[in-house]
Amino acid sequence: MSDPIRIYPAKPDKVYFFGTCLIDLFYPETGMAGIRLLEREGIEIIFPAGQTCCGQPAYTSGYHDEARAVARTQLNLFANDWPIVVPSGSCGGMMRKHYPDLFRGTLHQSRAEAVANRVWELTDFLLNVCHIHLEDLGEPVEVAMHSSCSARREMGAAEAGPALLRQLENVTLRQHARAEECCGFGGTFAVRHPEISAAMVSDKVDAITRAGAPQFVTTDCGCLMNIAGFAEKQERPLAGQHILSFLWERTRSGETDQS
Amino acid sequence: MSHRDTRQPPTRSPVREFHPRARAALDNPQIRRNFRNAMDGLKDKRRAAFEGMDLEALRELGANIRRNALARLPDLLEQLEKNLIANGVQVHWAEDGEQACRIVRDICVARGAKRVIKGKSMVSEEMELNHYLEEQGIEALESDLGEYLVQMAGETPSHIIMPAIHKNTGEISELMHEKTGTARSDNVEYLTASARRQLREKFMAADVGISGVNFAVAETGTLCLVENEGNGRMTTTVPPCHIAVTGIEKVVPSLEDASALLALLTRSATGQHITTYFNMISAPRQQDELDGPEEVHLVLVDNGRSTIYQDDELLDTLRCIRCGACMNHCPVYTRIGGHAYGTTYPGPIGKILMPHLLGLEETQDFPSASSLCGACGEVCPVKIPIPDLLVRLRRESVDGDHLHPPQVQGHGSKKKPLERLALAARKARCLPDRHRSGSALAPASTGQNGSLDPHPHGPETGQ
Amino acid sequence: MSAREAILKRLRQRTGGELTAPERDYSVLERPDWSREEKLDRFQQAMESVHGEVHQTTESQWVMRLAEVLYAKGARNLLASRLHPIGQALRQSDHPALPPLLDYSQPITAWQPELFNDVDAAITSTRGAIAETGSLILWPSTDEPRLMSLVPPLQVAVLYANELYTTFQEAMRAQNWSAGMPGNALLISGPSKTADIEQTLAYGVHGPRELVVLVIE
Repeated sequence: MSDPIRIYPAKPDKVYFFGTCLIDLFYPETGMAGIRLLEREGIEIIFPAGQTCCGQPAYTSGYHDEARAVARTQLNLFANDWPIVVPSGSCGGMMRKHYPDLFRGTLHQSRAEAVANRVWELTDFLLNVCHIHLEDLGEPVEVAMHSSCSARREMGAAEAGPALLRQLENVTLRQHARAEECCGFGGTFAVRHPEISAAMVSDKVDAITRAGAPQFVTTDCGCLMNIAGFAEKQERPLAGQHILSFLWERTRSGETDQS
Repeated sequence: MSHRDTRQPPTRSPVREFHPRARAALDNPQIRRNFRNAMDGLKDKRRAAFEGMDLEALRELGANIRRNALARLPDLLEQLEKNLIANGVQVHWAEDGEQACRIVRDICVARGAKRVIKGKSMVSEEMELNHYLEEQGIEALESDLGEYLVQMAGETPSHIIMPAIHKNTGEISELMHEKTGTARSDNVEYLTASARRQLREKFMAADVGISGVNFAVAETGTLCLVENEGNGRMTTTVPPCHIAVTGIEKVVPSLEDASALLALLTRSATGQHITTYFNMISAPRQQDELDGPEEVHLVLVDNGRSTIYQDDELLDTLRCIRCGACMNHCPVYTRIGGHAYGTTYPGPIGKILMPHLLGLEETQDFPSASSLCGACGEVCPVKIPIPDLLVRLRRESVDGDHLHPPQVQGHGSKKKPLERLALAARKARCLPDRHRSGSALAPASTGQNGSLDPHPHGPETGQ
Repeated sequence: MSAREAILKRLRQRTGGELTAPERDYSVLERPDWSREEKLDRFQQAMESVHGEVHQTTESQWVMRLAEVLYAKGARNLLASRLHPIGQALRQSDHPALPPLLDYSQPITAWQPELFNDVDAAITSTRGAIAETGSLILWPSTDEPRLMSLVPPLQVAVLYANELYTTFQEAMRAQNWSAGMPGNALLISGPSKTADIEQTLAYGVHGPRELVVLVIE
């Protein structure tokens, strides 16, 4: 818990992009948005082809042998010294915070630590490493921001999202009650304790709606699926989007998305 | 008085009924409201109480004090014992709750004591002391207002700091009317004054007072109690005999350590800069004194703590100073309340402590009943990495790591053949999807096989 | 093997090996050296925020001030020490508004019901106070037994302004507590209170309903 203070590196020429499973399976446009935003900052994206899952589902379920096997594959993907950016606090947290624990006392310990030290949550990276300046081209809109718990507490990146949104002239950021509270997803938690999880997400949707925001953005696809899915099922007037998709859509000018 | 302890021993384990209990709580709007309002209030007060302080440095100090004390635990316990004995306090050691109960009973029997008055003590709840004493024909009455009400209702506390937080004024009025004849009222002052009158009679009549301990100071042989009501002072001062019961981990090296933990404890627990009373007891009544107990005893209770102590990670559990901040900030606890857990310690701290006391099989729903949001670890005044410990217990539940042999009683109880199969299937399914959309994301990348390690139990050890 | 031996043995022969005791940096507890006025201000604010009353007075005026307070609160009697200068001063005073003075001169068992039911107020000395938290330091003694500051519904304490410490740590160091503690020592910060019924504050649940501090300049 006594994490050393992280020093942001100088803006690099290249980064590794770790795509994450949920983006891969459900929100590829968010991955593309993240890539485009970085590219626009003049950064070359290296997308290691062998990447799979970071191992977090197995890890948080207690299956550490399996998690280690999955994670070990990832350790081989980042041979050069470039930062590893992750469009998710959750997967980022797994790699940055838990890889060292998972490989402690193994032959891969030092490699795991080296990888962990280079992992950045993408909004944090855009704001504090790229020093991005966003020019808003979109219509006036009101949004709420939900930072995932892992972006907030494992990656220390809770402030990055709101700071980026505040750069957008036509976006009004609506503060909702208990913004720091979990949306109830928690991976396997939502499966093992569906009623408690449902109570949590219900409160989250209430809070965001009460704040007067017809839409919300978030750092993590898990939270996005959970909150937006619940709102949809309950026919609540609340739409959701990953913050990277939102930022890209509002700031792209005539650039074509090649995905 | 009719409000004797009516708590029954658990015939069928309430712990195993976590799911139905949680569901019932979720479906109870009043419980939801009570807890949400109370926890929101406590969170705000805590935040305000730490304003203007370097909270992170203070937490670091708190953690280091507890780490320091645990590192020297056996020496400090001996030092504490030596100094207490020199001060005239009698010291007893108990391996488990039952032995601790017997020690208390023996002291009572030796004094011919029939009426015991109790100050708030979580360890005594853990020992199920009240029930034990009742069986021995000794009345044990709780005197902390919340505990008094909870005992009167035949319930258990739902929060470690605010035991009756699940009840509203109307219910309490009805309860007091039914059990003590107090006139019905929605006036909290009136109800409180009635309880004061009832309990003062009990304090005067009590043969023995039993309390917990917040910090036991080795350097001076001092037992510190933190409270607002004054029932702790009554319990430890009015009856002729005072028995303090505490877990062996509660010892700290010095008064300065106790004072630092006090600063963290009260602010974390209730958002108070300090409680009304900080009561430091070092000796029984001296020859020339006119009040105070003639006898003071300390019962040091192990009850599984020395087992937790063996493991470098699990050890952190023993840093806990029982402030309850983890509960107040827990999105799960806030919604289901303390009774859903069915254990002495509910909420995040309960989830990492109870599996050691009851075994992982009994507490099988505990480690998973968390979204691992990390709010508990963030507010813990002694920086217990609660989410990491939950993951550790999940690992123990499935014997999930061949590099780290399981340590906790009941480990592997969640390991089901079906679950293993499902996991394997999920992994297999993940692969083709991965390739398909992976290429959508990065069209330039070519076919390097991102396959999962086919040898999950491969030679990972650094030996 | 006794429980004591078994427990200590398990702790000493720890599977995980010996633990290292980290350093403790107490500097975070330090506060700026507040001036006498600032300490008094902070003490008063803190005490009043928890429903305590603070009256500033002087060596020559405090008995009169006390008499006024007791009269206003309708106290029918006052328990006071016999030997301490406070008790002496009261016993020598002929202030007409002072209620009858009571003695704590016999063991509690001899007069427990009277103390619990008939005493309206008690006054004690203090060993100073803590400005940061608004806490009185009391060391009960033969002359001022433990229950004086607990059982009567009105607690009065006399505090000399020059005995205000900034923090608890400073007070303990200045008074060398680590060299030896009395049988009972107390920090008292306000009257007895509870919020156990629906988080509603109520005073005097077990101890005093009111706490009055006379600060002597």
